[in-house]
Amino acid sequence: MDTALNPTAAGAAPAFYVIEEEHHAEGGSTPLGFWLYLMSDCLVFAVLFATYAVLGGSLAGGPGPRDLFDLSLVALNTTMLLISSITYGFAMLAMLRQDVRNVLIWLAITGLFGTAFLGIEIYEFNHLIHEGAGPQRSGFLSAFFALVGTHGLHVTFGIVWLCVMMVQVSSRGLIAANQRRLSCLSLFWHFLDLVWIGVFTFVYLMGVLR
Amino acid sequence: MTASHHDAHGAAHGHTADESIPHGTFGSYVTGFILSVILTAIPFWMVMARPIESAGYTAAVVLACAVVQIVVHMVCFLHMTPNAEGGWLLLSTAFTIVIVVIALAGSIWIVFHLNSNMMPGMHRMPESTLDAVSE
Repeated sequence: MDTALNPTAAGAAPAFYVIEEEHHAEGGSTPLGFWLYLMSDCLVFAVLFATYAVLGGSLAGGPGPRDLFDLSLVALNTTMLLISSITYGFAMLAMLRQDVRNVLIWLAITGLFGTAFLGIEIYEFNHLIHEGAGPQRSGFLSAFFALVGTHGLHVTFGIVWLCVMMVQVSSRGLIAANQRRLSCLSLFWHFLDLVWIGVFTFVYLMGVLR
Repeated sequence: MTASHHDAHGAAHGHTADESIPHGTFGSYVTGFILSVILTAIPFWMVMARPIESAGYTAAVVLACAVVQIVVHMVCFLHMTPNAEGGWLLLSTAFTIVIVVIALAGSIWIVFHLNSNMMPGMHRMPESTLDAVSE
């Protein structure tokens, strides 16, 4: 990076300034920048996991994980998210082949599985609240709804982003900017699946074991 | 950069996007998916069918499967390699893992410690002591 001595500031302390910014190809730093965002999101989830670990045993006389969680429903939910991960992978492979039609088809399938995941989660939340096990019931349930709800919100925004990308790809094709955006969404989507591994392990499976 | 210049190099730009963005192959996605299915099925089966009586051993297997599956996802789906982004990707991830471990392990450790110290004391503590503590 070039710096230069400011000639007008004679006698004063020399001022240095950047003549020319370091050249980057457009969007060249986006993957790393987006990765750093995901890492900060990871810290958000870490704090929510820590909260759940701390409050998970505080039932306040209310129902515990063993009474509330239906593991077959969680297994179905996990399957939906896992399938949506590989269908997104197929969309990325179609993108590398510059195959607009298949990108759109795989994105739509991914969106459907993501929506199925959300639907099952909303059904589960609704069921819990109707049973009187809402977030205000105990520390355990507050932490549970905060953690799983935050993940669900991320999936919701992922689906919104997915719809936006389908519109973008169908109207402008697979230009470099759209490829970059699809790659970022790919990281986001797979990251959410990764967080879900933590959720079903620590919250559901460990909760039922305890 | 002018519009015509951009158009003339449109193909080249698309190409650079291909190279700078980490991407997998059909094989890596299918491998990742099959491994993930196995590593998800094992812990669910372990907890739902309980082939091992001991909760401790079951928990250990469930945790081990989760750790392996997270690594599988990082390699097969997120395409992490040691040299991606000139090593910054791996470095930022390692830093994040350190912070996550400190936050999780620290919280659990401290709160378990607090519970063991405070829970009996809460019940035995007379009113006057409570006031003194709150002041």
